[in-house]
Amino acid sequence: MTYQDRYPLAFRLYPYHRSADQDAGGRVHHRVVIVGGGPIGIATALDLGLKGIPVVVLDDHEGVGQGSRAICFAKRTLEIAHRLGCGPEMVDKGVVWNRGRVFHDRDEVFSFDLLPEEGHRHPAFINLQQPWFERFLVERVDRATAAGAPIDIRGRNRLMALQAGGDTVDLEIETPDGPYSLSADWLIACDGARSPIRDKMGLGFDGRVFEDNFLIADVKMTADFPTERWFWFEPWFKSGASALLHKQPDDIWRIDFQLGWDIDRTAELDPARVRARVDQMLGPDVDYELDWTSIYTFQCRRMDRFRHGRVIFAGDAAHQVSPFGARGANSGIQDADNLGWKLAAVLKGDAPDTLLDSYDTERIHAADENIRNSTRSTDFITPKTEQSRIFRDAVLHLAGHAAFARPMVNSGRLSVPAVYDGSPLNSPDALPGGPARSRPGASCPDARLTDGSFLLDHLTGGGFVLLDLGAGLAPALADLPVLRFEPATEPFLADRYLGESTQGIYLIRPDQHVAARWDRADAATIAKALDRALGKAA
Amino acid sequence: MTKLTLDPNLPVPDDAYALLIDAHEGLTKAESDALNARLILILMNQIGDADVIAHAIAAAKR
Repeated sequence: MTYQDRYPLAFRLYPYHRSADQDAGGRVHHRVVIVGGGPIGIATALDLGLKGIPVVVLDDHEGVGQGSRAICFAKRTLEIAHRLGCGPEMVDKGVVWNRGRVFHDRDEVFSFDLLPEEGHRHPAFINLQQPWFERFLVERVDRATAAGAPIDIRGRNRLMALQAGGDTVDLEIETPDGPYSLSADWLIACDGARSPIRDKMGLGFDGRVFEDNFLIADVKMTADFPTERWFWFEPWFKSGASALLHKQPDDIWRIDFQLGWDIDRTAELDPARVRARVDQMLGPDVDYELDWTSIYTFQCRRMDRFRHGRVIFAGDAAHQVSPFGARGANSGIQDADNLGWKLAAVLKGDAPDTLLDSYDTERIHAADENIRNSTRSTDFITPKTEQSRIFRDAVLHLAGHAAFARPMVNSGRLSVPAVYDGSPLNSPDALPGGPARSRPGASCPDARLTDGSFLLDHLTGGGFVLLDLGAGLAPALADLPVLRFEPATEPFLADRYLGESTQGIYLIRPDQHVAARWDRADAATIAKALDRALGKAA
Repeated sequence: MTKLTLDPNLPVPDDAYALLIDAHEGLTKAESDALNARLILILMNQIGDADVIAHAIAAAKR
């Protein structure tokens, strides 16, 4: 049997190499095996590997597939990439943007600025073709492994069968050299929306299907549209029921047209027909090449649970949303961010394996928020009923002359980091007057410091950290590193972390989320909060 | 917080009702539906309280 690829590659990043495991003559055991070398699998591997946890990544190809696909990478994703050591190249290559405008016919009816304040290292968003995002992650893995991180990416290793349910997971793998067997303490399934692992385990993936088709036409052209997200409802150029224009690197522009439900996909993908739609939008005199076209439909759904014993699902394998809001890849990266430190803590014996149940709790909370926002956007863009359409049109009509209707115009509510309100890892908020944005459960808001660095630069060590803002914590408290800043000379920190308080102490998790905060705390209080954040609370 | 009232609250109910009916005079069904939708949205914003709106929806569904 010859080994068949399913799609052509944009970048060949991890060529097949014969592993010693294939010559071992029996099943070789690993602590962590990740299936899927996409952005979520690689980010998870990187996070674990940088913490010294040996990890094997299996991917059935040798790199990243063609097509720009996910293009909008949110501030939180960039912060996570920065923590993992590959933020700058993404921002350098990406197109930075903060503003979106929404038009009805010819008229602007709504605009939004996603980062209307200073003092953050990263912008609200960059646009970057998914193959580049993945390439930067894999190149970071290559640098990490060169420096000794135990990450082993195995291209053209296809999972054929698995046996889960016991204390280990048995895996049967196909390669160009034939089959071999592995076992793992933990299997992380990052194998995409059609997750073969989910199917092999017979797990459900139910949700809502939206009856609409969207055409992506990525075109290459030099144009001087601003680097903003432009969205039209019922556009004057009539190339679709709605349309989107968004800049990517290398003079590529993402154009999206809403086509409706009953269409002939093959006919709609005819380049002449695609060009006719684009010409209507851009006018007859604009020179461009079609770079990539695709028609997509979508669903909003998630698994009931993301953790199934020793198998943990992340990214699209666990949850799926519509593209409006850029909540797919961005939420998947937050899955990786949430899972990495917890699995490392369990494997190092610092936490009970029940800590991983909080991955379920926190990321299901996040998935539900993403699905809720995504569903609402989709209901506005693609109304399901006559009444729904009547109200949608009423909002668009009113938005032209009544300001109150403008924030109801919903072309996508763009990805923001989930706040893990109600998480069992949080301690009760004990900072009177503290800002809501940095409450327990929130990811730390970035803040520029007087020395020119940013707060999040100091939270990349992979462990828990105490942040002392004028509270005078004793030096070696709870064996945690303490970051001290004088709030009087750090205005961004004071604003984002103290609010009305004059001093504060924060316990910050390895994923830069706030676990606890106080105006003052003794060693016993901090130790208790740390235990709770490690899943040891009774 | 303001509560939803289902007791008489308009000084001259007949006048208010007539305003509503007159607004639809001469409109097609589609135009009337669109007008009603805009009107509901405007009144919702005037109420400015999602709890009151939720109670109003529940009362309307009874």
